[in-house]
Formats: sequence, C-alpha cells, structure tokens
Amino acid sequence: MSDVVERTLGVLPALLGQHEPGAGPGGAGGPHRLSASSRLGSLIRNITALTSKHEEEKLIQQEITSLKAMVSAPTTSLRLMKECMVRLIYCEMLGYESSFGYIHAIKLAQQGNLLEKRVGYLAVSLFLHENHELLLLLVNTVVKDLQSTNLVEVSMALTIVSQIFPREMIPAVLPLIEDKLQHSKEIIRRKAVQALYKFYLIAPNQVQHIHDKFRKALCDRDVGVMAASLHIYLEMIKENSSGYKDLTESFVIILKQVVGGKLPIDFNYHSVPAPWLQIQLLRILGLLGKDDPRTSELMYDVLEESLRRAEINHNITYAILFECVQTIYTIYPKSELLEKAAKCIGKFVLSPQINLKYLGLKALTCVIQQDPNLALEHQMTIIECLDHPDPIIKRETLEILYRITNGHNVVVIVQKMLDYLKETKEEYAIITLAGKIAELAEKYAPNNEWFIQTMNAVFSVGGDVLYPDIPNNFLRLLAEGFDDGKEDKQLRTYAVRSYLALLEEENVFYPQKFLQVMSWVLGEYSSLATDVDPETILTRLHNLLKKTFVTSETKAWIMAAVTKIASRASFSKTVDKLIQEFSSSLDTCMRQHTFELKHLCEDKVLMKGLLPFDASCNDMVVDASLSFLDEFVAEGLGQGAAPYKPHHQRQEEKLSQEKALNFEPYGLSFASSVSSSGIAGRQSPTGLSFGSDTSGNSTEMGHKETNTLKLEGVRKLWGKEGYLPKKESKVGKEDEPQTVSCSSLLARRVAETPVSKSDQVSSLSEEEKEKQQLASTLFVGLGSNANVSLMGKVDLSTQKFKRKSKVDKAQSNEEALNMQNSAASDFGPLVDTVPITKEDCDGDKHTTLRKPSLCSSDTVGETLQSVKKPGLDDKLSDSRLSPLSLFADSNIEILQPSPSSQCENANKTVLLPSLAEELEELPHSEVAELCQSDALALYLCKVWKDDSLLLVVFVSNKNPSALNAVNVVFEKEQHFQILESPACQFPVIEAQSVGHCQKCVRMDKLCTQGVISGFVNYQSEMETHLEFSIPLSLLDFIRPMKMTTEDFGKLWLSLSNDVKQNIKMPSSQDSISAALSVLHQKLKLHIVDIIGNEGILACQLLPSVPCLLHCRTHSGMLALWFRSPCSALPDGLLYQCQKVMEES
Amino acid sequence: MQFMLLFSRQGKLRLQKWYVPLSDKEKKKITRELVQTVLARKPKMCSFLEWRDLKIVYKRYASLYFCCAIEDQDNELITLEIIHRYVELLDKYFGSVCELDIIFNFEKAYFILDEFLLGGEVQETSKKNVLKAIEQADLLQESQNEDWGATS
Repeated sequence: MSDVVERTLGVLPALLGQHEPGAGPGGAGGPHRLSASSRLGSLIRNITALTSKHEEEKLIQQEITSLKAMVSAPTTSLRLMKECMVRLIYCEMLGYESSFGYIHAIKLAQQGNLLEKRVGYLAVSLFLHENHELLLLLVNTVVKDLQSTNLVEVSMALTIVSQIFPREMIPAVLPLIEDKLQHSKEIIRRKAVQALYKFYLIAPNQVQHIHDKFRKALCDRDVGVMAASLHIYLEMIKENSSGYKDLTESFVIILKQVVGGKLPIDFNYHSVPAPWLQIQLLRILGLLGKDDPRTSELMYDVLEESLRRAEINHNITYAILFECVQTIYTIYPKSELLEKAAKCIGKFVLSPQINLKYLGLKALTCVIQQDPNLALEHQMTIIECLDHPDPIIKRETLEILYRITNGHNVVVIVQKMLDYLKETKEEYAIITLAGKIAELAEKYAPNNEWFIQTMNAVFSVGGDVLYPDIPNNFLRLLAEGFDDGKEDKQLRTYAVRSYLALLEEENVFYPQKFLQVMSWVLGEYSSLATDVDPETILTRLHNLLKKTFVTSETKAWIMAAVTKIASRASFSKTVDKLIQEFSSSLDTCMRQHTFELKHLCEDKVLMKGLLPFDASCNDMVVDASLSFLDEFVAEGLGQGAAPYKPHHQRQEEKLSQEKALNFEPYGLSFASSVSSSGIAGRQSPTGLSFGSDTSGNSTEMGHKETNTLKLEGVRKLWGKEGYLPKKESKVGKEDEPQTVSCSSLLARRVAETPVSKSDQVSSLSEEEKEKQQLASTLFVGLGSNANVSLMGKVDLSTQKFKRKSKVDKAQSNEEALNMQNSAASDFGPLVDTVPITKEDCDGDKHTTLRKPSLCSSDTVGETLQSVKKPGLDDKLSDSRLSPLSLFADSNIEILQPSPSSQCENANKTVLLPSLAEELEELPHSEVAELCQSDALALYLCKVWKDDSLLLVVFVSNKNPSALNAVNVVFEKEQHFQILESPACQFPVIEAQSVGHCQKCVRMDKLCTQGVISGFVNYQSEMETHLEFSIPLSLLDFIRPMKMTTEDFGKLWLSLSNDVKQNIKMPSSQDSISAALSVLHQKLKLHIVDIIGNEGILACQLLPSVPCLLHCRTHSGMLALWFRSPCSALPDGLLYQCQKVMEES
Repeated sequence: MQFMLLFSRQGKLRLQKWYVPLSDKEKKKITRELVQTVLARKPKMCSFLEWRDLKIVYKRYASLYFCCAIEDQDNELITLEIIHRYVELLDKYFGSVCELDIIFNFEKAYFILDEFLLGGEVQETSKKNVLKAIEQADLLQESQNEDWGATS
C-alpha cells in the first residue's frame, strides 16, 4: 500500500479511471484507505461515472438486490458482511431503502470481531433512531461489550449508548456505566459521563439517584471528563437553577483557571484555551446568576477577565465574547460590565465580517429592551442592514425594529416588515412575521385606515398559514369595539368599504381566511355603509360562492353573511336567485344553509329576532341547568319514571352489584368515580359549548353567539375584577393630557438629534440623507436619556385600540377559565390515578423516614461519615496530584455532609410558643413543631381567618446565647402563593426566646393537598441551614358562605359544573341533620336550609369561588350534588366529604 | 446539535449524522430542502441561516459543504469552529483531505466524527486525542488483518 496518490479536485470519473486511492501519508501504522478495487470502490466509481438519475437508480437497485441476497445467505462470512454493511450505508445515504439490512447490522455488532463490530455499531447508529423497535435487540450486545476487558469494545459500546439507546432499557446498562465512572482510562470515564448525559436527556428520572456521581465527574482530575459532566449540569441548571447555586464558586474557579491558561496545551484551539469549555461555563454561569445579585457578584471578576483575555482577532474569540456578552446581560447587571459588553456588541455590529455583523444584530435584539440607547448608537448600521442583500441579516434587523416599535415609528417599521413579508417564500418566516405585524398593528395603530390596510396586507400575504388567532383577534377587536362608539363605527365602516373594494376586482385570489374575515365583517356591519346598496354586497358574495377556489368552509361563512344581510333587507332578488341556485347544490352543507335561509326569509320577524344587529358581543342568559324542564321531569317522576342517574353513577351501582363480596363502602373507588364525573362535568352545557367554540364551528353565527356568550355570562360572576367596567377607561383619559405633552417633548428632542448629526457631516449624499431621515423616523421615541417611566406613558397614549373594559373582563374571565382548566388538569392526576398518589405518599414517607434515621442514631451518621471520608480524602489527594489542581476548592463544598445529619437529641426544654391574643380568638390549629436543630426549633400554627389562611411561624432559640441573622424563607410553590415577601428576617433572637412571623397564603391552583417548603438559616460559627415543609390541604382554604335560600337558588342556576355522587351514610348519623352537621363541623360548610330529607349547603374557596352542595338522603345513602364555577372544586370537596363521612 | 450534513456542490450527500430521532421521510425532506437553500446562497453571504425554528450553520470547504443544525440559543460561531475542527481532523487523518477521501472512506469519516462529537455535543476537542483514539482502533484492525487467516 505504498502507492503515491495524486489527488485533484478536478473531474472525478477521469481520475477514478486512472488512479487507485491507496494509503495516505500516514506511514506505518497510519490510516489505511479502502482499496479501490473493493466492491464498494467500484460501486462508488460506477455511480459517480453515471450521468442521469435514472441510471443511478437502476444501478443501485441492482446493487441492493445482490446485497439482499448476500446478507441473507447463511454462507456469507462476517468479513463479507462488514463490506456489505458499508455498501448499504452508502446506498442509504443516496436515499435508497435498505431496511432489510438493519437486522444484519445488529448481528454484525453482536458477532463480529473488533473490526467488524465497529462497522456493525456504526451501521446501527446510522440506520436506526432511538425509538426504533429493532434497537432492543442491541441491548444484550451492549451489555456484553460493556463488561469486556477490551478497552476498544467498551469504548464502542459507550459510544453507541451515547448516541442511541432505548429509554426503557436504561436500567439494564446503568449500573455497568456507573462502574465505568471509576475506570482508570479517562476516555472511558468521559464516554460514560456522556452516556449518562444522554440518559438524562431522554429519561431524567432514571438517573436521579446518581446525582452525586455527576458531582464526582465534575471533580474528575481529567479535564475532558469534567467538561463532559458540564453538559449534564447545564441541563440540570436549566431545569432548576436554584438547586445548584452552591456550585457557582466551583464553576467560577474552573473558568478562571481555563481563562488563565492553566490547562494542558492539548486543549488549546488556535491558541485559545479550551473555548468549548469556556462557552459551556459561561452559559452555566448565566443561568445561575439570573435575577440573583448574590450569585452574580461571584462571577463579575471572571467575566471581566474573559472579556479582557479574548482579544485575538479570530472567530473563536468572538464566539467566546458573544457568549460572555450574553451572560453579562443575563445575570444581575453591573454597570461597568454592561458598559464593556455594550462596547463589545458595537465591535460585532460594526464588523465588516458578515457573520459577526449578524451576531451583533442578534445580541442587539436580546439587549435592546434593556438598553434602548444601544439602538440609537447603532441606528445607521441598522438602517444599512435593513437593505442588506442577505435576507437573514434583514430578518434579524426587523427583529430589532420589532422590539423598539412604539406609536411614533410603527408606520415605518410595519412597512419594512411588510416589504420583507412580500418577498419571502419561507412559510415559517411568514407565519412568525405576520403574527408580529398583526401584534404591532393592533397595539400602535395611528388611525383606522392604516390599521385596516395593514391587516388586509397581512391576511392577503400571510394567507392560510397564519396562526388562527390572528383573524380571530382581529374580528373580536372589531366586534367588541373600543370606548368610543363613534370610533367603532368609523373603523367598521372603513373595513366594510375596503373589503367591498377588494371584492370588486375580478380574478383576484384571496386566501380563505381572508375571505372568511371579509364575509363576517360584511355580514355584521355592511349596513353601516349607508350609501351602499345591500344588493351590490349580496351580488359580490353571490359571485364568490360560485368561485371554485372557495372552500366549503368559507362558503359557510359567506352564507352566514348573506343570511345576516338578508335579514335587514326587506326583499332581495339576489337572495332569491341564490336560494334557487343552491337548493339543489350537491354540497349538503350548502344545501342546508340555503334551506335555512329560505325558511328564515319566509318569517322575517323570527329572522330579525334571531339575527339582531351588532349583537355578537351581547351577553345572553342561558339556563345551563335546564331548569325549565323541571316541571316536565316532575311530571315524569309522578307517573312512575325512574329518576335519572348520570352515567358514572349507573356504572358504579352496576359494579357494586357485581361484586357481591365487597364489604367495604366504596370510599376508595373515588378515583374512578371522579374521572367519570369529570367527564360528566365536561359534558355539561358549558363544557360542550366551549368545545364547539374552539372546534371552528363558528360559521353559524347564531350558534356561535350562544356559545361564547354563555360562557362569559357564567364566568363573569366570579371574575376577579367583577363589575368594574368603566374605571380603566377613565384613568386612561386622565392620563392623556400629560402623555401628549410627553410625546411632544420627546419628539422635539428626537428632532434635535438628526440636526446635530447633520451638522457634523455637512456634505451628505442624497442617499445618506435619506437614510438619516429613515433613522429619525425609526428611532423616534427611543430616549437616549429619557427615563423609562416617561417612555411607558408615551406608549400608553399611543396605544390606539385600547379595548373596552369589557374585553379586559373577558380576558380576566379567560384567565379564570385557564386557571380552572389548569386546576382541573392539576387536580386530575392527583386523584384520578391511585398509583400516583400512592407513589407520592411513598416518596413523602421516604423523606420523613430518612431524616429521623440520620438524626437519631449516631452510629449511622458515623458510618456514613466514615464511608464518606476516605472518598473525600482520595478525591482531595487526587486533585492535588493532578497537574492542574483545578478542583481543589470545589471539592470541599461538594461533599460537605448536610447539617441535619449532625443534629443530636435536642433538649426539648423550650416552652411551646403561643399565639398572640388577637389571633387566639380566631379558629386556629394546634401549635406544632416543624423542625428543630440543637440551636433552634420551628413551630407552626395555622390560623383560619375569614379571608385568608395565616401561617404563623415561631422561631424559638434554644441556645443560651442570642442567634443572629435568622432568615425564614419559603420556597415558591406552584399551587400556593405567599402574599408579600416570601421571607422574613430576624436580626437577633435573644437566648431562650421566641420570634414569630406571619404569612398569608393563597391557593393559586386548586389541589387537594400540597406542601409549602422552605428553610431557615442563621449565623452561628458556620452558616446553618434547616429545611422544613408545611402540609396544606384544600380545607385550609375553604370557608363557609352565608346566604339565604333564595340566593342559593339563583346562584345554583347560574353555575354549571356539577358533580353528583352517592355515598353511604355512616350508621351513627342516620338523619340528614346529623350528617350535615358533620359536614358543617369538619368541612366548614354553611348549612343554608334543611327541608325534609333534603339540605343545602354553601361554602367558598378563598378568595371567592363559591361551591354549592345539595344533599338528599334515601335508604341509607346520601346523595351529594355539587355545583361550582370552578370545575375542579366539586371533585375536591366530594373527596373531603367522603373522607369525613367514612371517619365519622 | 440536531444534525450534520456534508454535501457536494452538485448537491450530492456525502455524510449525514442525525442526533434527533426522525423518520427517513423527514430526513430526506429536510436534506432536500436544506441542500437547495444552502446551494442557492451567494458566497459572500452569512454562514448562518434561520430555517424553520432551527439555525443552520454552514461552511464550504473546496467542493464540500458542511452544514449543521443547532437550536436558536446555541452559539453560531462556535458551531462554525466545530465544523472547522472536524475538517482539521479529517485533514490530519487523511493528510490534506479532499472530497474523494470522504467519498471512498466515508466510514472512516464517521468514526472520526463519532470520536469528536457524541450525541450532538463536543466530546473531545483535542486533535491529538481524537486521532489517538481512531488510530488505536485502526491498529487493532491491522493486527487482526494480519492474523486473519488464523482467527477465521
């Protein structure tokens, strides 16, 4: 193999004919080239010699057929198989199906010797993806190779595991891979860490228990292994940055050493020390320092040094600089650093290199909202980039402009965006850009005409790829109107006119969504344009209906419009014609709409009543409980009909009949009953209408109105804002005079800037002048020294389409609904599936069990420490031995035993604290111990105030000396919110005394049970940290709701989420009053009334979500019927009712 | 990194490595679209592209395009350097590499890539170490080649 190879990049086939690619200049032991005389070589040669795609196809098919025969022949040796695999990889790369060979690739990896195995693994990694079913067959091979004594085999197995591995088989290899973390070769350790990283990505909970091993990897004496562990840390910190703050210092130290050039020269890349490592660390630091002044403080120095050191003019230093700038802007700001970072961004933006310029723009986009001055500084560059020939630069520039848009520059900016929108062909770009334009237009539109025109452009260019909420929002805006009725009318009239003009043009295609918008607006508001004959509008719509490009969905919209217009006209020829034409249409929908129209036309009074003018937003009262049928039901019952039972109840009864031997009351079957009642709840009228609303059935206007309005009518009652409709608009008006003066002020100042500029450069070319003008229009309102609050007000005043407060209400309603939904979904799994709750309980048990065992038995603690100590020492000496001594500092902190393990039998001499007098009178819980160490103890008392839950935490100092700087901090929890600040501080707690703090808690998301955790730390010889958790239940947030029977009746009808359930009455209470008094005492439900064997109760979830309960006894059963505006609340209460009934 | 593609000026795929699970159909579609888009770009243009919700970083070396897809928050410049380091590795291994080397020895190119990038992340940045690992495996191969008759 010593042939000298001549390589040219010239004509491929000619070269291939003459030369045999042989060994490279690697010399003895160097890399070997595949001999060109091999079959692969000839295959490649033949293929490259071909000229047409067709011939290639023929040849490959031939090749594949022969390969197929060869791989399935039993006589084929593994060596030949290896070659076949390489050829298959080639075929697959050319895009030909070769799945028949996949199984043979796995076989080759399993059976081959090293060299064949290598190709087998490669083929597997290229052919299969991690969800491929064949991959399961590889697991055994991997396990075997991981146990091999041959390094190359182990390394190959680790490589394949880090690339593709079936998630469910992770437990099979995990222990083996964990072992490899202790391997003597760093390459094996590194690959093992990388495999764990892969596992973390695909199944984070499978590797949860080995987080301490990650820490070990982070402290590995080999830089490569440590760098690999950073991948895992980056992911984990992304998930939960607060859990790793203690590592900040270690990361800073590592970065310092890297930047300072303390790594072996091997890690240099173009004489920059370990750039990949640097960037990874910078990212981690950014995540850790975000919104955290204390952690950020630690990294300022090293960031500054990084900025300073990155001075060579090479891509790689720019990469580091870019990351550095991003980190500086992410963490808690420090003005000096920001200044330097801003300078750095300037370097990027002004660079003649297009890649750097792009990154400069990208950086500007990120920071522009924090620092609008930067935009002013670089305005000329931004203007130049707007006309850049490279679309990607343009797009990024538009992104900057999008973020600095305000009422003054919106016209120019939107125009630029529209220009780009019209040029681009890429769907993804169109969707995002159209969304942004629509957002800006709605926010900052200077006048009606401009707004309608802009939206027209968006609809006609964006077409049918737009997000559906763009047309929906637009229509809603038109329908709901603004504070000013005159303005509304103008806007709507203008829209009608512009659409008529658009429809006038012949042979123009509009996207379906646009046509739908047009037809809705014409149907609703065409009568506002009084000078237009309805007949012309009808003709236009009729013409549209005949067009073939109009889809049947759009036709339904058009028909709805026609119907609405027809209801206002006394007689129309066009409508008659249309009815004639389409009543025999083959499209059944069209036919139905036509017939509806026909019949409505015959009864004009009904039609007018059905389609009132401009009523799309009016509230309609819908009797969700169908109470008008009560009489009918009563009659039916009187005649002996069986009372209606909901589906879930029937099923349950059937089940209980089947299981004759079940002696237990069905308390535990709650899970299944809730899930079914959940479904029943969703099937209630509101749920149904909500579903249909989103399903796009909104073409039938009558239907749609009832849908949305019904929802609002119901929810509105419980919106937080309640009925405060006009307030906001008034505030807005009061602001106006002020803001006007502000904006004029600003305008003047901005006008001054270009003047001073033009003074500097007196002789400007025409083009330049134009650009300057553009700049002055674009960057208007971006204050160089304006304070932010000023700017904020300007924005407010320019926001034209300030929606009516009704909209706000609707939004808050929507939020409430969202909350309900999320609450429902949160709630769902908790109670739906028993296993999960069980697991949770188990988890809790574990933690609670673990702590005492650590605390109580000293021996355990000692063994633990003795186990830990050698490890620690080893590690320390290791890191000292290593040439870098990189991680000496980080070690100590990492393995520090938690202080809780040191706690010993505390002397419980401290008296139990007691509540303050004013709280003592309120209902409250016992004072219970939360946690304690040898220095202090924490006690908790829950006070159930009428309007909130008050947590009173007592910190009692058991020491003979005073404790300084005691902090009690509550952690954020998704279900609960601590009002005011989540922490309280005691500068000093005197010896043997008690400090106390109070926190109001609100339940943000509904759940039956939850925990607020937190910690207390204090200053003693060393800072000490003690964790605690406070269990909270739904009942803590339930309060009685006093009301009269009448009010109850009214409220009952307006609520729609209901849940019914029969539960068995305990024998001790056989009367309804006894049962209800249990509910009253235990659940704090207010008994409104008891009549015969029926009773009604009411309660509320703080702050003000009501839940009503109707009870009836019959034959030892208690029938519970809940109603509430919040869908999850009844389920939660039902659960509690079952529990107390069982207990009593 | 989501995937890496190598293709020629004529649009022929030379190497493909996918780090995200995708169906063959999707892979083909993405490859076709990207090859077209990248080839259509002029030489002085930016090396970065926004494509769907991904960033494409590409660079041309002689007749070969190297093209990587990364997420939006990833660092484009360092990706460019990843490409460059890979080219350096190929160059060192083959000794002034050319497209032909990669065409005929694509499996070697894959081995080097796997030693350099693992699961879409940079595994080993030291040129020396990557090549050492490859050469070790190659050596084994050779010794096995020599006593092939005995083992089979």
